[in-house]
Amino acid sequence: MAVCVAVIAKENYPLYIRSTLTENELKFHYMVHTSLDVVDEKISAMGKALVDQRELYLGLLYPTEDYKVYGYVTNSKVKFVMVVDSSNTALRDNEIRSMFRKLHNSYTDVMCNPFYNPGDRIQSRAFDNMVTSMMIQVC
Amino acid sequence: MEAAAAAAAAAGGGCGSGPPPLLLSEGEQQCYSELFARCAGAAGGGPGPGAPEASRVAPGTVTAAAGPVADLFRASQLPAETLHQITELCGAKRVGYFGPTQFYVALKLIAAAQSGLPVRIESIKCELPLPRFMMSKNDGEIRFGNPAELHGTKVQIPYLTTEKNSFKRMDDEDKQQETQSPTMSPLASPPSSPPHYQRVPLSHGYSKLRSSAEQMHPAPYEARQPLVQPEGSSSGGPGTKPLRHQTSLIRSFSVERELQDNSSYLDEPWRITEEQREYYVNQFRSLQPDPSSFISGSVAKNFFTKSKLSIPELSYIWELSDADCDGALTLPEFCAAFHLIVARKNGYPLPEGLPPTLQPEYLQAAFPKPKWDCQLFDSYSESLPANQQPRDLNRMEKISLESMAILPIPTQDVTGDDKQVLKSTVNEALPKDVSEDPATPKDSNSLKARPRSRSYSSTSIEEAMKRGEDPPTPPPRPQKTHSRASSLDLNKVFQPSVPATKSGLLPPPPALPPRPCPSQSEQVLEAELPPQLSRAPSQAAESSPSKKDVPYSQPPSKPIRRKFRPENQATENQEPSTVASGPASAATVKPHPTVQKQSSKQKKAIQTAIRKNKEANAVLARLNSELQQQLKEVHQERIALENQLEQLRPVTVL
Repeated sequence: MAVCVAVIAKENYPLYIRSTLTENELKFHYMVHTSLDVVDEKISAMGKALVDQRELYLGLLYPTEDYKVYGYVTNSKVKFVMVVDSSNTALRDNEIRSMFRKLHNSYTDVMCNPFYNPGDRIQSRAFDNMVTSMMIQVC
Repeated sequence: MEAAAAAAAAAGGGCGSGPPPLLLSEGEQQCYSELFARCAGAAGGGPGPGAPEASRVAPGTVTAAAGPVADLFRASQLPAETLHQITELCGAKRVGYFGPTQFYVALKLIAAAQSGLPVRIESIKCELPLPRFMMSKNDGEIRFGNPAELHGTKVQIPYLTTEKNSFKRMDDEDKQQETQSPTMSPLASPPSSPPHYQRVPLSHGYSKLRSSAEQMHPAPYEARQPLVQPEGSSSGGPGTKPLRHQTSLIRSFSVERELQDNSSYLDEPWRITEEQREYYVNQFRSLQPDPSSFISGSVAKNFFTKSKLSIPELSYIWELSDADCDGALTLPEFCAAFHLIVARKNGYPLPEGLPPTLQPEYLQAAFPKPKWDCQLFDSYSESLPANQQPRDLNRMEKISLESMAILPIPTQDVTGDDKQVLKSTVNEALPKDVSEDPATPKDSNSLKARPRSRSYSSTSIEEAMKRGEDPPTPPPRPQKTHSRASSLDLNKVFQPSVPATKSGLLPPPPALPPRPCPSQSEQVLEAELPPQLSRAPSQAAESSPSKKDVPYSQPPSKPIRRKFRPENQATENQEPSTVASGPASAATVKPHPTVQKQSSKQKKAIQTAIRKNKEANAVLARLNSELQQQLKEVHQERIALENQLEQLRPVTVL
């Protein structure tokens, strides 16, 4: 039930951001931006441990009255942020995890493409389709 | 003529939304209605546009099937651009189908064009002769146009041997709706042809020659033969021009191609012909000599960038063709990618998904032997003029089977019950589940199994190489006519995985170069065993030349050393085993002649040295990782202590 999905690069600029509701898109962008601070907090909190001991799924970053924001970090410090609708109570943590896993797999596929330069915006149609499926299945 | 009157009335009534009202003369009405009925009925009782447009057609409307309509238009022998204009004007493009109104207007426009008038709505207002359509001799009774002209009896050029065109080819020009239509072969799905034709006149006139396309027409198409043939000749003109354009594009690819005259797309643009296939295989080989392994991403990127397509497009093509998303292209993936690039350069829009004919399984099935001798392929391509047809698949496979029997490779069996046999002979490390592929024919499973296994086995070798290790022990070289050596089966000694209990293989190490006295070295070793860790490699290096054929089969010596760390067990096994076997082997050395085994000794020495070094490397790597761990832990402790210090310091200052 994601209403907004964003892929943020290591240097904290967006590689890919997409929302379902276009009229509130700016609000989602803002939420994603503010959630980056929370992500960094969480990363540094477990920072002393080795990277591979760190959990990739960060969980609920922060809830607002309408939405909840979930985060996920890869080993290369690429962050996935997902905003879901709070009214959708049926969403369990496992489902969010599986959605992030799908995102991660699709992101890996994008990286495998030799024509993709890391750091470019993601323009892959396969990735778009996957994100659309994630957003639509929720709505 | 009630139908004609009704149709005319419908045309008159329905044309309010379309082009301006027509006034048809009696003869015109008759003729047009006849034509319309023919076009509507020729599709087999179910006229109407294809699935995409079905929703737009008002229920109950009789529409002319696009297929015969297109044929008819082409039979008028007007140039393609004119036909496009006509279809646009008549409103079929806008509404998406040929209703009676549009059809009649189109016929009128055709008549106008044939009379030399410009294609405009105004030109149809006046009285015009009936449009003329070229018909084949087979269909003498279908006479369009004025009876006086009797073009119906005109004999058509024997179209297919020379022109090699077919109406199906026009499907290739479709660029607007790419759903499934381009990928459906006429053989497989005749009912789907109407949607193709519906769009054919609407799309731009790109056409390609096809080789022996007429062989593709099975019985269902006989009814359309009359329409097919006129179209073949009429589109020969526009056909050659895009062909030249295509060739220039191909040359700009900076590669020589001999495909100019027969760069044919068989049924649709997504099917690869023989010549194309060979060409792709040759290109693959130029990039990667081993046809069964991968082309890496960067190599492929450089190569495809030469095609001068934009990066996003290339990226998209890659996404489509790299089916397993591994960042590398196997031969079928490479062919699919190449084919998509060629198609794109020739103006075809890229499909949303990989067409079935470009899927790796299909490509490997349709071309069972793409990696092997292309000369063999050339011989088939001559004998099989029309390839890539599903019905020819079996024939091709059988022929390829016969020719491949001479190759020292396990042949592929076509028969279904041999499939299991083939699978068992295939490398068990076949990861892909061959049986999961329902779409490909049964035979293709067996065909696919072997190529896929080869690619994976070679990948494992590459990966091993990438890890920086030496390649696995080379296969044993044929011994130089040493009967004794062969009977001793020295090759087995060098297998790293040989179990240790082959005492029967104890080969005598003949004439070992002087090495430290066994007893001495044993004492030395025992004394040094605790700090063995760092000296194991050096000891190994020292003793390696003396080991020659390390008899792994030294069970008595092994338990002695088992108390040491397992890391060193491998190296130590050999040292003590050598040491222990020293005295044993010394006794057995003498009776055996040494001269004849010099060369093999050296080889074995090198191999053992390689093994030793590998083991030493592994040991060192483990040591390194352990030390790194320790270093990190120490770091953490240090940081914790510093934090404590920081916390305590302000207190003490105050």
